[in-house]
Amino acid sequence: MTAVSGAGALWALRAIGPVFAARVAVERATRVALQACAAVAILVTLGIVSSLLFESVRFFRSVPVSDFVLGLQWSPQTALRADQVGSSGAFGAVPVFAGTLLVTAIAMSVAVPVGLMAAIYLAFYAGRRTRAVAKPALEVLAGIPTVVYGFFAALVAAPTVRRVGEALGLDVASESALAAGLVMGVMIIPFVSSLSDDAITAVPQSLRDGAFGLGATRSETIRQVIVPAALPGIVGACLLAVSRAVGETMIVVMAAGLAANLTANPLEAVTTVTVQIVALLTGDQEFDSPKTLSAFALGLVLFVVTLALNLVALRVVRHFRERYE
Amino acid sequence: MSDPSPAARWSSPEMRARLQQRHSAERRFRRLGLAAIGVALLALAALLASIVGNGSSAFVRTRIALDVRFDPELLGPLGDLPPAEREVRASDVDWGVLVRDALTREFPDVSGRRDLRSLQALVSTGARSLLRTRVLEDPSVIGQTLRLWVPAGSNVDALEKGQIPRDPEADGARFSAQELGWIASLEERGLLDRGFDWAFLSSGDSREAELAGVGGAIVGSLLTLLVTLGVAFPLGVAAAVYLEEFAPHNRWTDLIEVNINNLAAVPSIVFGLLGLAVFLNTLALPRSAPLVGGLTLALMTLPTIIIAGRSAIQAVPPSIREAARGLGASPLQVVAHHVLPLALPGILTGTIIGMARALGETAPLLMIGMVAFVVDIPGGFADAATALPVQIYLWADTPERGFVEKVSGAIMVLLAFLILMNGTAIWLRQKFERRW
Amino acid sequence: MTMPARSPEPVERPERGGLERSAPAPGAKMSARGVSVTYDTTLAVREVDLDILLGEVTALIGPSGCGKSTLLRCFNRMNDDIPGCRVTGEIRLDSDPIYGSGLDVVQLRARVGMVFQKPNPFPKSLYDNVAYGPRIHGLATRRAKLDEIVERSLVRAGLWEEVKDRLQEPGTALSGGQQQRLCIARAIAVDPEVILMDEPCSALDPIATAKVEELIHGLRGSYAIAIVTHNMQQAARVSQRTAFFHLGELVEYGSTAEIFTNPRVQRTSDYITGRYG
Repeated sequence: MTAVSGAGALWALRAIGPVFAARVAVERATRVALQACAAVAILVTLGIVSSLLFESVRFFRSVPVSDFVLGLQWSPQTALRADQVGSSGAFGAVPVFAGTLLVTAIAMSVAVPVGLMAAIYLAFYAGRRTRAVAKPALEVLAGIPTVVYGFFAALVAAPTVRRVGEALGLDVASESALAAGLVMGVMIIPFVSSLSDDAITAVPQSLRDGAFGLGATRSETIRQVIVPAALPGIVGACLLAVSRAVGETMIVVMAAGLAANLTANPLEAVTTVTVQIVALLTGDQEFDSPKTLSAFALGLVLFVVTLALNLVALRVVRHFRERYE
Repeated sequence: MSDPSPAARWSSPEMRARLQQRHSAERRFRRLGLAAIGVALLALAALLASIVGNGSSAFVRTRIALDVRFDPELLGPLGDLPPAEREVRASDVDWGVLVRDALTREFPDVSGRRDLRSLQALVSTGARSLLRTRVLEDPSVIGQTLRLWVPAGSNVDALEKGQIPRDPEADGARFSAQELGWIASLEERGLLDRGFDWAFLSSGDSREAELAGVGGAIVGSLLTLLVTLGVAFPLGVAAAVYLEEFAPHNRWTDLIEVNINNLAAVPSIVFGLLGLAVFLNTLALPRSAPLVGGLTLALMTLPTIIIAGRSAIQAVPPSIREAARGLGASPLQVVAHHVLPLALPGILTGTIIGMARALGETAPLLMIGMVAFVVDIPGGFADAATALPVQIYLWADTPERGFVEKVSGAIMVLLAFLILMNGTAIWLRQKFERRW
Repeated sequence: MTMPARSPEPVERPERGGLERSAPAPGAKMSARGVSVTYDTTLAVREVDLDILLGEVTALIGPSGCGKSTLLRCFNRMNDDIPGCRVTGEIRLDSDPIYGSGLDVVQLRARVGMVFQKPNPFPKSLYDNVAYGPRIHGLATRRAKLDEIVERSLVRAGLWEEVKDRLQEPGTALSGGQQQRLCIARAIAVDPEVILMDEPCSALDPIATAKVEELIHGLRGSYAIAIVTHNMQQAARVSQRTAFFHLGELVEYGSTAEIFTNPRVQRTSDYITGRYG
């Protein structure tokens, strides 16, 4: 009997043993595989930074950084034609940066007031029916691809701005910064509105009660108590919206021009960082020419700026959330 | 208390005036908010109205019926050749002769080279490839006379859609009185009609506006999204599972989390630059192919899927994990058998939304070269292709009038797909997401 | 609406245990008659008659969820902002009905102040917190007058000595008890006639609670105060009149001494003795 049970136990152990060991090995391998997948995120960031840096460094060997960052003349096409690769002033990116700034400023001047007031109205005044129409409409606006906005800007907005300007006696370019900025502003409205709504509804109800209890009207409560309390969140929302506007490509490619024009006049045509990146890299050219490399330098600037904006925005919002939790 | 009664104090003229002022300010503020909503709605309405207004005509095309005589003298030996050689020989035939011949039989009194050319221009050049395809598929038609419907020229199409005036003297008129007479005659004889343009959805791009279709772009987008899904979904879900279930809470995982959140906010064009530098330059993958486009978009969509996956997994209550663990399941079994199935609706919703965003992305695809003029419907992942939003961009850049309606039509197709995808995601969310 | 003149002494009524529907008692700053509150379809408060008298503290006691706070919020029409909430019956401030076109809600809330359960100072400076009410209602146009109002309110709230040197600090930097006294100062600053307090001490520690109770005691001479509390001992300490609520009904209403030592209704004495809570 003992011999039989002893033999049986041994056999049982052997039967489980390998299976068990295999299971553990499989588990460990799977866990490592999962970890590798999570590390891909880091890989992607590293890839972005290294490819941008690598090509930019090659660019800065032909064109000094100071010329790029401070130079006032941007004409990469002519630089090559006249065979003046290293000539100063051909890769001065200031007009390009200024163009991005101008279009972004126009867009924000539309998106922030409209988005914020829309969020306030929906949070404090709107009835169920208004909300049932407005909220889906804002989501639709958010979901429309930017190429569609770009087409609308080129087909409808730019000619309309032109016609209105001419009726007022102003000289308006056919690809004005105003048209591109206005349409970009419309695109960003839902972004500002939804982030502001988060900030506003995070303000505790007790503050609202306190103000109403003192006899404040709804607008007084909103303007003097709620918005100041929600301000960090709203500022964070605006920073994120600026980041979005700066990185936007299709609207400006289709509705803004290629002319590197250093101006603050919204009625003129300007070019932006994203437009230049597209213009320099589409079409046939060798990969190593300073022209194409300058696109990577622009890309690096774009990446750094949007990253900085996002980090600051996140910090501001997190600091604000800690205050109320 | 002060001397006048409180009620009197509060209803003094100054108090009353101030109250009025405050209530007016309240009304103005409220109206401002409503106006803001109005602006947003108006912009949306203007956008959709202009797209649909311009685009609905893209789905209609004009056809002309021709009695085509497949002249055996012209086509002669083609019938006897084996198929491969037949195709080669077919390119040598001037198919336009058959069209001209059919037209002159309809209008026998038209003569003179110029007039004949105008007459032939009523029919699209695409008619020729149609006849060619017919003969190649069925050589027995040689020697027969068949009535075939062929696409009309883009100007005739525009005329029928009311886009150019019928009056030969009017501004923007494209036809002479004589040509208008021919068109009217064709209409009277029932040889001209308008119908749904299936070819718009099935054919590839073309230099001729009336022949251009989104079929190639749709297939290109489909192939691209398949690659995106195939890469981003497994990677994303795996990463989400690791970060939620297995990762220790240390600085390494915090770094990953910060990274993912930042990647989600990087402009899409930067991903295009990454794709250009890594996939095209370093790895020398074929330019303009859905493979490269898909990989680039996958990198862009990855953070979205990871974030959605994490929140779906987080939503599964710990009690379920504890119960499974208590029964002796290993951590991996807990995840695979219990957590993932319950988190699946949330993960799928997030994935569909991510795919919808990827469908609408143009900038990264421009960077990796999907801007080429591609006529054929792509057959595989390595063929040169274009995607729907890129097609929209290319057509928007084309100056010919006929392409305005095509762009708008293509946008309508894109929006239809997006509505379908987002609608599915919403339906999924409502049907399957449980509240614990 | 003319009512037969009746003496204000409480008439014995087993079901309502309190006042018959009659004209408000003299000295009643606010009076409620037949007030019912419904949320969508649920009846939260049923047919309540209550007076809040000047110079007295009226306590509303009863188990949680029985409608005390809901009723309190009727007196300054804070229930107006809750969707689906309907108030019927009549509430008067000094014989003016408050639900009606005569009295502006915004002014009503200045005349009938409220202190909430959880202290809710604005994220502004101490000064701006107290000055907020007077500013919006236009009670002080010159800075000097505003300073005077702020100081007076903080003094009456017993907070002045503690904060007079740091008026520019944020209101949220104070301790819980100080914050609540700040909220009381804020309410006093608009010179109200009635102060409603909704469980003002339930979020405070015992020492802060004692300070606030002392403050209430000092304030009652100048205002009509109504306080909702689930703490019976507090009601006994602080109030002169008590109303006992149960399941949305006013079960018994009378002087505090009577309610606590010799209640007329069985339910009241059950609650007082702790049979249910």
